[in-house]
Amino acid sequence: MIQIRDLHKYFGTLHVLKGIDLDVDKGEVLSVIGASGSGKSTLLYCINGLEPIQQGSVEVDGTDVHAKGTDINKLRQQLGMVFQQWNSFPHLTALENVALAPKIVKGKSKAEAREIAAQQLKHVGLGEKLDVYPSALSGGQQQRLAIARALAMEPEYMLFDEATSALDPELVGEVLETMRMLAEEGMTMICVTHEMGFARDVSDRVAFFHQGVMEEIGPPAQIFGDAQSEHTRKFLANVR
Amino acid sequence: MEPTISFFSGFTPNDLLFLGEAALRTLWISVLSISIGTVLGVFFGWILFEGKWAAALTVAPVLDIFRSVPLIIQLVLFYNFAPIVGLNLDPFASGVVILTIYTAALVANVARGGIEAVGTPMRRAARSLGMSYWQDLRHVVLPIGGRAVFPAWVGVALGVMKDSALVSVLGYVELLKASQILITRTQEPFLILSIAGAFYFALSYPISRYAASLEKRWAQ
Amino acid sequence: MFDYNFHWRPVMKNLPDLLEAALLTLQVAVLAMILGIVIGLGLALIRLHMRGPLRWLASCWVELARNTPALFQLFFFGFGLGAFGLHLSPYMIVLTGLTFNCAGYLAENFRGGFQAVPDTQLRASRSLGMTAWQAYTRIVIPQVLRIVYHPITNQMVWAVLMSSLGMLVGFRELSGETQFFASRTFRIFEYFAVTAVIYYVIVKIILLGSRLLASRLFRY
Repeated sequence: MIQIRDLHKYFGTLHVLKGIDLDVDKGEVLSVIGASGSGKSTLLYCINGLEPIQQGSVEVDGTDVHAKGTDINKLRQQLGMVFQQWNSFPHLTALENVALAPKIVKGKSKAEAREIAAQQLKHVGLGEKLDVYPSALSGGQQQRLAIARALAMEPEYMLFDEATSALDPELVGEVLETMRMLAEEGMTMICVTHEMGFARDVSDRVAFFHQGVMEEIGPPAQIFGDAQSEHTRKFLANVR
Repeated sequence: MEPTISFFSGFTPNDLLFLGEAALRTLWISVLSISIGTVLGVFFGWILFEGKWAAALTVAPVLDIFRSVPLIIQLVLFYNFAPIVGLNLDPFASGVVILTIYTAALVANVARGGIEAVGTPMRRAARSLGMSYWQDLRHVVLPIGGRAVFPAWVGVALGVMKDSALVSVLGYVELLKASQILITRTQEPFLILSIAGAFYFALSYPISRYAASLEKRWAQ
Repeated sequence: MFDYNFHWRPVMKNLPDLLEAALLTLQVAVLAMILGIVIGLGLALIRLHMRGPLRWLASCWVELARNTPALFQLFFFGFGLGAFGLHLSPYMIVLTGLTFNCAGYLAENFRGGFQAVPDTQLRASRSLGMTAWQAYTRIVIPQVLRIVYHPITNQMVWAVLMSSLGMLVGFRELSGETQFFASRTFRIFEYFAVTAVIYYVIVKIILLGSRLLASRLFRY
């Protein structure tokens, strides 16, 4: 379970997150929507400790992410992350991309790591591309590679940071399909997204962020059908 | 008698003048070689771009030699070759000839890169507007390509300016040779080398910084 | 046409000596490059990540190496340090001078290489639980090496060409040895012509070797 309490985040003097309280249960799929600059991506970075926080706390399965004594590298193994820019490692083949972290972070044997990698690549539909370098893959394939790379660490949670925003429109579908598959398998997911269809159909809850504040959170039916906040209604009217 | 000795071996204001004159000679031989060499180099660059395989078989390997043999060897070779073919060149003239060809060899690559940087679509667009081949070169390729490679050209020019120190091997008294002469006489190597180094630095550093800032600005 | 008789026999007689000197040239160039790569990497990282006096020193090194003539740098290590009672052997003068120069130029290449690898690569690595060290050695540096591979090759060529300055500080590498024989026999042109060919061949071998190595190293 991820517990966020009174989270404040500043970039210099810019107050990007203004006191967020949020619980995400095991097995839940949460979509986070909102305009760009509303702080939703920053939230993900604070959850896995890529950005320091100034106030409040983030706990993952009872471990305080930002406490001094926390082994952040160990904790991050629980938190798979997929970025907007897919960030595949260009100097490694697809298989090596996925096998590297299990090998050097988890200390698996080379053979074991490669087996896990091959399995995960098959899982996301890249079973034919094991020995291909990322430069020969489409954006959608590279993003699925990034998902496989995160899954190979056997995380408890997956964080998606606008995983489809940088993709050509015709490639968005294959990545959303992979995410939907993960959701159906029961993965706990926090998805920052602009894909309202995905948010409505796949998520258990949807959170709307506005200028660093979580304006509203609830089941998709409530957010999309009967939003309480003026800002939420305005945002949704504009994206449709 | 000690004071007299130090009087003769010390560094005097006259020596500073001597260094100043030598610095001017460094500037003069550099400016001359860089100017002529750049014009030649742009011409060679154009030949390399347009000439295709014919240029690849003729001009390219010749220019390549000047980039693959130490400049100091080129200078000595040419200085000793000129009399063989009946040319009586002084160190300055020999230095200018070799530095010019050396500059041209380096600029040729830069210039070709500049023409390539403009790209076929833009040149097609220019021609489609009814520009002639030469108008296209003058009004499209030169400004756009020139801008793309200007920082690289500055790098070449500064390199040649620094390399002009090698003409000293022929006995031409440019800045570094003058320093060497003074060091032998005054036994003040640190002071004199610092002055000479400061001159090169004061010339090269601001220009290279300026070129780098232009590159950054133009990259946006 | 020529009023000159070419005498190649003495050169050919000394060819083994010249080739041996060429090995010394290669040795000093390779050593300077190895030291230059290590120091250059350090200078680049200092300039990218540190503040204070160490960063200032690193910047001084890089700017002095890039904005003064290589010959000046050799003279400085040759005579300039004499002012402090430090007298280096000709071999050490060339090695330190070349290392100083190569490290400065390579530092800028490395800096550009690090800046060319997006921060997001580091983020993605860290998000997988890699330590900063793992992320650097496994993800960032391999990509930097690819980016700077070509500049390193060029710098290696420069190091070989630059080592010819050893001739002016009494080091008998290829050029120094050539000058030694040439001045004994007065066959200056012939000796230096052969030496020019040797340099050309060395440079071509380096470039060819680099290309072969690249095709094995980089398959992406």
